[in-house]
Amino acid sequence: MKWFDYATPASVAEAVGLLKAHPGARVLAGGTDLIVQLRAGRKETDLVVDLKHIPELNAIEYDAARGLTIGASVACYRIYRDPVVARAYPALVELASLIGGTQIQGRASLGGNLCNAAPSADSVPLLIAMRATCRISGPGGAREIAVEDFCTAPGRSVLQPGELLVSLHLPPPVPHSGARYLRFIPRNEMDIAVAGVGVEVVLDDGKFRSARVALAAVAPTPLFVREAGDALAGQPVNETSIARAAEIARAGAKPITDMRGTADYRRHLCGVLTRRALEAAVQRAREGKR
Amino acid sequence: MYNTIRVQTTINGEAREFLCEPRQSLLECLRDVLGLTGTKEGCNDGNCGACTVLMDDRVVTSCLVLGVEAQGAQITTIEGIARGSELHPLQRAFLQTAALQCGICTPGFIVAAKALLDREPNPNEEQIRLWLANNLCRCTGYDKIIRAVEQAAQEARA
Amino acid sequence: MNTEEYTVIGTRPVRHDGADKVTGRALYGADFQMAGLLHGCILRSPHAHARIRRIDTSQAAAFPGVKAVVTADDFPQVAERLVDLGEGDTPLSYARGNVLAQGKVLYRGHAVAALAATSIHVAEEAAGLIEVDYDVLPCALTAPDAMRDGAPILHEDLKTKEFGEQTSRVSNVAEHFRHAMGDIDAGFAEADVTVEREFNTATVHQGYIEPHNATALWNNDGRILVWCSTQGAFVVRDVTACLLDVPVSRVKVTPMEIGGGFGGKIPVYLEPVAALLSKKTGKPVKIVMSRKDVFEGSGPTPGSYIKVKIGARKDGRITAAQAYLAYEAGAYPGAMVAPGAMCVFAAYDIANVVIDGFDVVVNKPSTAAYRAPGATNAAFATESVVDEIAEKLAMDPLDFRLKNAAKQGTRRADGPKYRRIGCIEVIEAMKKHPHYSAPLGGPNRGRGVAIGFWFNVGLPSSCTISVNADGTVNLVEGSTDIGGTRTSIAMQAAEVLGIPAEAVRPTVVDTDSVGFTAVTGGSRTTFATGWAAYEAAHDIVRQLRDRAAKLWEVEAASVTMDRGVFRAADKSITFQELAAKLDQTGGPVVGRGAVNPRGVGGSFSGNIVDVEVDPDTGKVTILRFTAVQDAGKAIHPSYVEGQMQGGSVQGIGWALNEEYWMNGSGTMMNSSLLDYRMPTALDLPMIDTVIVEVPNPGHPFGVRGVGEANIVPPPGAIANAIYHAAGVRMDRLPMNPPAIMEAIWKQRD
Repeated sequence: MKWFDYATPASVAEAVGLLKAHPGARVLAGGTDLIVQLRAGRKETDLVVDLKHIPELNAIEYDAARGLTIGASVACYRIYRDPVVARAYPALVELASLIGGTQIQGRASLGGNLCNAAPSADSVPLLIAMRATCRISGPGGAREIAVEDFCTAPGRSVLQPGELLVSLHLPPPVPHSGARYLRFIPRNEMDIAVAGVGVEVVLDDGKFRSARVALAAVAPTPLFVREAGDALAGQPVNETSIARAAEIARAGAKPITDMRGTADYRRHLCGVLTRRALEAAVQRAREGKR
Repeated sequence: MYNTIRVQTTINGEAREFLCEPRQSLLECLRDVLGLTGTKEGCNDGNCGACTVLMDDRVVTSCLVLGVEAQGAQITTIEGIARGSELHPLQRAFLQTAALQCGICTPGFIVAAKALLDREPNPNEEQIRLWLANNLCRCTGYDKIIRAVEQAAQEARA
Repeated sequence: MNTEEYTVIGTRPVRHDGADKVTGRALYGADFQMAGLLHGCILRSPHAHARIRRIDTSQAAAFPGVKAVVTADDFPQVAERLVDLGEGDTPLSYARGNVLAQGKVLYRGHAVAALAATSIHVAEEAAGLIEVDYDVLPCALTAPDAMRDGAPILHEDLKTKEFGEQTSRVSNVAEHFRHAMGDIDAGFAEADVTVEREFNTATVHQGYIEPHNATALWNNDGRILVWCSTQGAFVVRDVTACLLDVPVSRVKVTPMEIGGGFGGKIPVYLEPVAALLSKKTGKPVKIVMSRKDVFEGSGPTPGSYIKVKIGARKDGRITAAQAYLAYEAGAYPGAMVAPGAMCVFAAYDIANVVIDGFDVVVNKPSTAAYRAPGATNAAFATESVVDEIAEKLAMDPLDFRLKNAAKQGTRRADGPKYRRIGCIEVIEAMKKHPHYSAPLGGPNRGRGVAIGFWFNVGLPSSCTISVNADGTVNLVEGSTDIGGTRTSIAMQAAEVLGIPAEAVRPTVVDTDSVGFTAVTGGSRTTFATGWAAYEAAHDIVRQLRDRAAKLWEVEAASVTMDRGVFRAADKSITFQELAAKLDQTGGPVVGRGAVNPRGVGGSFSGNIVDVEVDPDTGKVTILRFTAVQDAGKAIHPSYVEGQMQGGSVQGIGWALNEEYWMNGSGTMMNSSLLDYRMPTALDLPMIDTVIVEVPNPGHPFGVRGVGEANIVPPPGAIANAIYHAAGVRMDRLPMNPPAIMEAIWKQRD
């Protein structure tokens, strides 16, 4: 790797100051993307800013009224080891257990996965479906945006120079709701998603009250297919309505052909995975498991 | 020419201090700076697990940790698994079940498996396989490795 | 020797290097340290085919911390000649060319220059400053592409050898050979059912977890010292000496522990480069390949285009078989198509056979052996066609194979006639196995079978054994230990000497310290080096009988030895007791063995595999896998099982997901372990093993090599299982989910 300097700011303000003063600096959480990219020469930097000493970025806070706040550099393993999170957001715990493998989960963070902004980012579809928001801090102050608005292009996000992602926020759990992220990979672990679908449903007496569907790896950014979820609102919970939503998701996908899959195959998978994810989410909602 | 940073850390229970450049991974620091060559490089991008070490409360691939991040951490490497001259039950089990052929992946597997047994003393086959999915072995087909972990778990529970 | 009951052979002692390997103390090549060590880095071609117009190393050489830069121009200038580096004659320029390109680059990843610096990071950064001007040329990436009229020619001086004769035709076909037996036309005329299919298999890599590495020191006395991880220390010695134009005795190679090879660590890549850098700097230079370099710069196994045609009568007897095998050699001739041709129909007794083999150069890394090289590709084709014929004849697939199984006296189209072999025994063991009759237990599931063969090799090995006063012995051998062979070799010596396996201390030593020993490969190590140990042990027994005779003042001929006890008349003494008396009976006892054994026995293997195919995604789950193999005699059953399991899982990866995904300009897009998908523990069930023992009459303990035959049947067995699960016959490897999905869709239309 090319040489770089290393800083460990102790506060958000200090980090923002460093990023503003060094336009070429890059932030480090778990390093499972950044270190790989620096080593391969796909990214360059002269200053690595380690965020893991900043309390807000390292915290997991849950409040039944306010919801869940996860610091941007919190590693996946802390999410799935947290019994409170496991009870309130089982789909999130599942997600944290499938990114990479055990050792990767010891370092990789949902915040980092989002900021890396890969089209195939596993965390993003579920965060979109669960109505997560991003808290960002920068030279201009703090702002909050919906996760579905965060990624703008492969590897690019709305973060402006000097800004960093501080935390992700999920609203409090709603009764009779269920969420699920399903992805297709050729092996059973360790692979980048060929296609991924995150869904959340809220049921009301045998009908869908609302639903959200988002896709990974089938567009330049993770894709929120609003129409798929909207098509379920008010519909009875059955095979037909689910199939229709799956078809809308499938049609909404804009995949390319690359070494991980052909466009046709990815589009097809979107339909299959959406149906399966919705079925699983419905099951969860009915069992009160979320 | 380039600045080096002084890192103070604990490795296998001993306080250690070393100098490194920020671009040197923990794997590199262990092997080339501290002479602890038991941890191996297989891919240098987190996909094979040969560089697995225990860092504080979990296992990581040390190729994706910067050496400077070891500051203040507790690191356990393969060199720290045996207790003096007494092998850990996992090490004994690997030998008895012939769970290694070339042995290059063995340090990573043993450290990862120890972390599993420390948290889950009675894992079933599926749990073992899931936990160890980040460790690649090309020689054994994993069969005897899984059996070794099961055997070590059994012995530890006895 | 009483072959009925062994004391040591067949037991499962803990391996002698075990403590070191489970504590991280064992030293592999990258662990080597030495005062003053410099770090080397290799610059590789970004183009699959190009002429090198100019290399400018001046900026790199001036970079702070860089101590030397080399290119092919640094090889000593010698006239072109043919050299034999163990695999037949090859031009010296070809042998050197793959190590450092001269004039042309022939694949992306081809080594172009190298430098040595004070740290690996400095070396990598400086390598980026080497300027190379290329004239990019069109490339040929598959055998059919390279064989076409008008295909870009890789070597202007490569003329096709056809049917054993050198022609004057310049092409990418280095050789076309043919094996023929009987009357193929009459054979097909007699058939009631004929099936002909075409297959394509992608390039795959051996996937050893330890990347290539080497440290070289061009010493002040002119000796070149090398420490590396290799399957053959003597190969490294001979090739390095040849390429650097020095006598073989000037090179000493110390093999470090090796982290996997499977054939891929037989070729020499780094040692001559490290030596040239050491010569220029006067310091030891270590070069370690990155994982990307391993994929792009070392030798994967050939991709291939194969046609197989088989005809059979309705009673199930095969009447004719024909194969067309076009294998990609990569940048230099030497695709393992000859062994593929030896194995393609080797499991069957067929009177009328024609096999055409083509060794074709393409713009990909120069291929290397991969565990039974060439046989897996061929068996994928044959076993798929055999399965189709069995189905058409409504015959049980194992019964069909039994009806045609090769046996003692069967002649192969490439010439040899089998001695005692275990093909039938393997198939019968498969039939008897509970897996074969177990219920499948669910929808979308299917069971497939396949068998395979590998001929195994002998080749020379040496061994010396010295007796210690405490009754232990030191065993010195030169076969680098990839899978526990130092123990299986020690066990054979222990059996002869009548002492426990633990009383033998085996060490793998450098090329100065033991007689010539061929590679750890070809399934030869337990067989041949074990035989050398056997001879050395017998040499010791002879000497010790003399010593006992001396002690007892009797004729040596009257002293017998059985299971470690020497006897004459009413006297007896154990090995351990006699060992304590060597000084007083004449001094040290050292035994030697040097063999080049001929009695090699081939090994047959078979798989039963159950799969589940997800009809909506094409994903295959391996539900149950049984591997059967004839080991002749399993010296250490745990390590024989380990070979069977390891080869099976490599075969599973080859079948389902592994491939070099090349773009149109010859770049491997997936040159990392993220996207080159080898099976993880979560992708597999336990691998059940059945060791069949049909002793090899050619070996003192009946040993047949077992390392390789187990990788031959898995892709065929899995293809057949997929057919029975999903109704589609796959004709390409890998059978990954998109490919299976396409096949399912095509079938539904």
